[in-house]
Amino acid sequence: MAPAGMSGPPDRPSPEAAPGDGPQLRRGWIDAPVADEFPQLALVECDLELPGDRRSSRGVRDQLAMLSNRHRGATALALRREPVAGAYRIFFRHIGLEPDVTRTPVEAAVLERLLRGGFVSRGLLEDALLLAVVHTSVPVWALDAEPLEGRLGIRAARDDERLGRAVTAPLIGAGRLVVADERSPLAVLFGAIGPGHEVSRDTRRAVLFSVQVAGVPFIHVDEALWVASSTINPS
Amino acid sequence: VAQQTLQQPFSEVPRDACRAPAVGRSRRRGGPDETAAARRSLRAQIAKLERDLADTLLTCFDHASVDLAAAVAEGGAGSGAAAPRLLTLSELERQRDDLARRVVTARQRLSERATVHERNRIRLERMLLAPGHHKFERIANRDLGLGGCGVWQVRPRLGLVGMLAGWWEVKLSSGCP
Repeated sequence: MAPAGMSGPPDRPSPEAAPGDGPQLRRGWIDAPVADEFPQLALVECDLELPGDRRSSRGVRDQLAMLSNRHRGATALALRREPVAGAYRIFFRHIGLEPDVTRTPVEAAVLERLLRGGFVSRGLLEDALLLAVVHTSVPVWALDAEPLEGRLGIRAARDDERLGRAVTAPLIGAGRLVVADERSPLAVLFGAIGPGHEVSRDTRRAVLFSVQVAGVPFIHVDEALWVASSTINPS
Repeated sequence: VAQQTLQQPFSEVPRDACRAPAVGRSRRRGGPDETAAARRSLRAQIAKLERDLADTLLTCFDHASVDLAAAVAEGGAGSGAAAPRLLTLSELERQRDDLARRVVTARQRLSERATVHERNRIRLERMLLAPGHHKFERIANRDLGLGGCGVWQVRPRLGLVGMLAGWWEVKLSSGCP
């Protein structure tokens, strides 16, 4: 059971009904107080089978190289005026994050490209998530599917809750916005994933999820999840 | 209140237009609906200010305006440890006021810079018209709001001969080391 008051964006088609050959998308729940504040906030997730070989293919590395050539200083600066990237900046401000300090995912990726001189390949999953965010400006995260219980959603953390279910899981301050399953918080919204819930070398099934905010059309979220999943499983 | 403030330019919105009405002031004011409307209005203002700030930054950004870009971003330096959360009405107000202050600061600096560039462009035109009246004066492209590191300089033609004969010209040197 999802928490009471779960809600989603009322003015767009349900991801379950989305046509096409892409991944089977599911809409996550949004806790009522959060949905009241951000009616257009949505979490979209899909399942993903991970291959045994987690090295990036030559094609993936070529794509990263091509994107490295396309993103320069001027592009990085102009990102904030692009509708989708700008929408995440605005949402960051609405949830108390300063986007010039805590960078939005796409800006963080492009800034790192500037600092390192290119998008660096770090393995198939990481590269797939990077390609998704750079192509669409929509962030995608991956969680280990095994420990999850029910669908993912967004809510505010309660008193004495921990980030994840591991023994070493750190406490989260009450009120902090988190991505949770139906049992406990798993990740800070736009932040760290709790210990034990990251995708590891032993993980065989993962859940990809993305967060849609006001001003971001659903097709961009769909595209981001499609880019990530099709990079990992091209067939 | 929310509809009214949304339609007004930010500068015309009364300072306390979106403040939460005092509890108990009247039965209609301060209710959940009005508070929610005020929060919506504040979020809309924050969104507009964020876009304005981005526009200002990109408008002014050139090779000589890095300091202005830093000024635009400097307001956020103190909020690095923030966590994502639902902001209270007063936090939204502070956020809005901080952004408004940064937009105003950025626009002021942009305006000051434009004035300086304009003054330098006029000076350069005068140098070009009458080089002899502006001996050895220099204006860098940076001071004209242009990219590159070129420098306009009034110099005597043919060196010492030109200096004695009063033959002056304006040369654009590359300026780069």
